[in-house]
Amino acid sequence: MAGNFWHWLKSFAIEIVVYALLVTAYFFLVLHLLGGWLEELFLGQRHLYAWVALLLIAGQGVLLEEITRWLLGWITRGKD
Amino acid sequence: MFFPISGVHVDPIYLMGVGFIVGVLGGFFGVGGSFLAGPALFLVGVPMNFVIGTDLAHIVGKSIVAARKHRVLGNIDLKLGLLMVVGTVGGVEAGAQLIQKLKQTSHLDWVVGPAFVVILIAISLFMTWESVKTLLLQRRARGAGQRPPGQHPGGRDHSAVAFIAEAVHRISLPPYISLPISGIPKISVWAILAVSFIGGVFSGFLGGGAGYIRMPCLIYLLGIPTHIAVGTDLFEIIISAGYGTVTHALKGNVDILIALVMHTGAAIGAQIGATLTQFFAGPRIRMAFIPLPLIGAAIMLYKLFSGPGP
Repeated sequence: MAGNFWHWLKSFAIEIVVYALLVTAYFFLVLHLLGGWLEELFLGQRHLYAWVALLLIAGQGVLLEEITRWLLGWITRGKD
Repeated sequence: MFFPISGVHVDPIYLMGVGFIVGVLGGFFGVGGSFLAGPALFLVGVPMNFVIGTDLAHIVGKSIVAARKHRVLGNIDLKLGLLMVVGTVGGVEAGAQLIQKLKQTSHLDWVVGPAFVVILIAISLFMTWESVKTLLLQRRARGAGQRPPGQHPGGRDHSAVAFIAEAVHRISLPPYISLPISGIPKISVWAILAVSFIGGVFSGFLGGGAGYIRMPCLIYLLGIPTHIAVGTDLFEIIISAGYGTVTHALKGNVDILIALVMHTGAAIGAQIGATLTQFFAGPRIRMAFIPLPLIGAAIMLYKLFSGPGP
């Protein structure tokens, strides 16, 4: 079990490095593009903003989970 | 980084760091982690109304990540989670109404508040006693080559106080439901609704998801194995926090950009927390959970002494 744990920890360390690069790109591309539009929605169309906010956070949840899962799989395959 | 919706400058690395820590806690314990994320946002100048709504939004994303991981691990009882949503939403509304009543009768908060503190400290003490006793019983049984006592009906967990959940399972109050994933052949629907309602009342009264009370209730009162309680609570939080996100966003209390940045840290933390549950047995997870009700008690004391919030 201890061996499994250390294997998992090493995979995760690699995953975090790759993930950090992806997240940095994400900040510059997505948040800067969406910021102005979301602010306009917040000020002018609160109902739409509420649902867009929920969709965005849920969508990001699914997307990031897929990315981290794919990364883990990719790292594991690379080791094998 | 400037966040135009709430009008504050916050370092995104700080937000990601907070998200990461809360994500680990959420993935491992099945809690929202508002007791940590709320003060952390407030500390860097995020207005209090945005703190509450934004934290709820980030909890939705984090819980999705952790719940998907727990689903892969077989730790989610969907039937139980959906039933709990009903009780939780009712409880949150009741808790919010209680707050309104307390505002009118200012002395009452000094009756209810200390009662909550006593309950939360009692939960912590009880969990300490129970998890230590269970681990000792397990060790003794293993040494003697016997089956550990207090084994959960599903065979996935052990508890020295399994008799409490067994008594709840015997409550004769129809309609009944079976929870095969949790290893429970028959339980009154009212027991599940009552437990989730209690969690909801704490959530509505104190803010956040109140996982520090719902988790012990799931484990000790309903007899849900610890790992499934963690996963199912996260699934339930997705729906109840999603509901809270929309209602708070309508009132202008959600800065979704802050929530999205926090969530990038929380996503990785939640994966780590959820994966870590594989390496710990139920009693050890419960033992690590012990400080959380104490933090809930500290929040209550702080609110009592600092007066009502904005």
